[in-house]
Amino acid sequence: MYGYNGKILRINLKNKSYNIEKLDTDMAKKFIGGRGLGTKIFKDEVNPKVDAFSPENKLLIVSGPLTGTPIFTSGRYMVVTKSPLSGTIASSNSGGKWGAELKFAGYDVIIIEEKADKPIYIEIVDDKIEFKDASYLWGKVVSETTKILEDSSVQGAKIMTIGPAGENLSKMAAIMNDNDRAAGRSGVGAVMGSKNLKAITIKGSNKPQVYDSDALKKLSKELLVKIKENGVTGQGLPTYGTAVLVNILNEIGCHPTNNFQKSYFENADEISGETMAEKFLIKKTACFRCPIGCGRHVRIGDGEGGGPEYETLWSFGSDCGIDDLDAIIKANYWCNEMGLDTISAGATIAAAIELHQEGYIKDEELDGLSLEFGNGTDIVEWTKRIGRSEGLGRKMAEGSYRLAESYGAPELSMTVKKLEIPAYDPRGIQGQGLQYATSNRGGCHVRGYLISPEILGLPEQLDRFKIEGKAMWAKTFQDLTASIDSLGLCLFTSFAFGAEDYANMVNAICGTNHTADSILETGDRIWNLEKQFNLDAGIAPGEDKLPKRLLEEKIPDGPSKGWVHKLSELLPEYYSLRGWNKDGIPKEEKLEELGL
Amino acid sequence: MKVEVRLFATFRNERFKKKSFEISSGITTPKEILADLGIKESSVAILLVNGIHSKINMPLKDGDIISLFPPVGGG
Ligand code: SF4
Repeated sequence: MYGYNGKILRINLKNKSYNIEKLDTDMAKKFIGGRGLGTKIFKDEVNPKVDAFSPENKLLIVSGPLTGTPIFTSGRYMVVTKSPLSGTIASSNSGGKWGAELKFAGYDVIIIEEKADKPIYIEIVDDKIEFKDASYLWGKVVSETTKILEDSSVQGAKIMTIGPAGENLSKMAAIMNDNDRAAGRSGVGAVMGSKNLKAITIKGSNKPQVYDSDALKKLSKELLVKIKENGVTGQGLPTYGTAVLVNILNEIGCHPTNNFQKSYFENADEISGETMAEKFLIKKTACFRCPIGCGRHVRIGDGEGGGPEYETLWSFGSDCGIDDLDAIIKANYWCNEMGLDTISAGATIAAAIELHQEGYIKDEELDGLSLEFGNGTDIVEWTKRIGRSEGLGRKMAEGSYRLAESYGAPELSMTVKKLEIPAYDPRGIQGQGLQYATSNRGGCHVRGYLISPEILGLPEQLDRFKIEGKAMWAKTFQDLTASIDSLGLCLFTSFAFGAEDYANMVNAICGTNHTADSILETGDRIWNLEKQFNLDAGIAPGEDKLPKRLLEEKIPDGPSKGWVHKLSELLPEYYSLRGWNKDGIPKEEKLEELGL
Repeated sequence: MKVEVRLFATFRNERFKKKSFEISSGITTPKEILADLGIKESSVAILLVNGIHSKINMPLKDGDIISLFPPVGGG
């Protein structure tokens, strides 16, 4: 068995029992692992109409065949479940070291079923599985829980936990690991909370077997050269992290500001990667076996900790009209402590500010806090209230769509399939907008990062306003990303690597015969599988859409002034390239071709 | 004529964030501005004129804003 461990750990929380089952590796290879394999197992086992918070929903934690191997950035695991936020399939991944430890413990997949009658955590040391009382941990923030469990577990154990947001079933709750790494999106932390599962500690002593170590060593050398020589992975990300994007997106006028009311933020430089490096950065950090090291460790008030990514600087910054970097860094810190998705949390506060601006949210509901564009004083407090579900924070914890809908103004929520759209205004980046609209988990940039060709010029520079050819780019990026997410690697490697490099890696590690084409075809299969799940779950094909504001309200100023998104012109070609009918439903022959 | 040059990321080191340039005869494209600033053409990953991706030899006009980025990360 190469790459895979060949084992599934199936846990029943109600009975506090477990089974170790054999993984069907032939089936696994068809979907690679991670996101693909997780979706396949989930779709086979769970009724797509299940309520996300019912015990019948399952929580899958899935490694890829490359997770935990010596290849670069192999620390990833994927959480697959039904999202309480969007009602779609959720697959949310995280870096750090936890994923690699899952592999060392001897498993490819953990399937968590049912619900515990009171808070518990699971301790895994190789094949020793124990269920432990977590009542004393319930209510504790992430760093405190992590510290307590690190001290009480075997040395070197890695900790995954939810914070108060997950316990309180916030639909924006993340699953946190290694303190400040997050499987952030789609509310996966709330599913864990609904099962009364506070944490999983894990420690393993096996290394996954590699098919051809010599070939892998040779390949690793070549790939390291590619990483170092690529401008983004060799210089950009290591020097400034993702935060450097603030100024780029703002300079092109696609940096959504004040809940997408405009897309150029005059004070963006105050919250940029450059300013963070100058005033707050202490050191850079890296996940398991990562030579890139895009993580930032920064000064936070009198202490220090994980720093914000670009998306967070945007969501709590420009999207709320806020140029107070100190406050944004603190809000990011509290998202990590509460276990909240920083994109959804910040974007929901932005929507709340507009609801207040428009008179929907009344002053009486604010309990003494301010809620205005450009006023950073209270965003930290709002973040805590969302995490603790206090006052208006309880409504906000439902995400921006449900919040805006509850006031009769759902159009003020900048979401796709109820998931908050991140930091790139699609009105001035047409391909990215198509990608948002068609993403199987809703408004998400990392299902297909067209920012790379449309803004960063990788692998080639496209005209960001044009629609010609963008459907093909969107499909190709979505398919490749689905495979990378399934291998167990960090998506940032794709700035330097192409489909063939991934094929070479998986072949050296698993002894498979992948080619660039088969990597993309597998991604296509995974994409269609996710789509099938969503359709079965009742997500209507017409949900491949963007908020009205982005289709009808022109960007009012800045370098992308006058643009709206042309989704209706892009969708037909996209559906046709996917082999779907005009309503966006996969055709029988397409599914057959993919073996679904 | 006057143009504004904005530098980002490592290009700022020992230079500036933002500066107005009075264009004298001979400087008519970003290429000449780069030479003036001692920035190698090959080190420029993104060149914007008024927020639009542009070529190094694009003729400049009065009031243009030129933004220069070295290779930078994704998010
Ligand atoms: S590039 Fe960044 S997110 Fe990716 S593995 Fe490295 S440190 Fe982690």
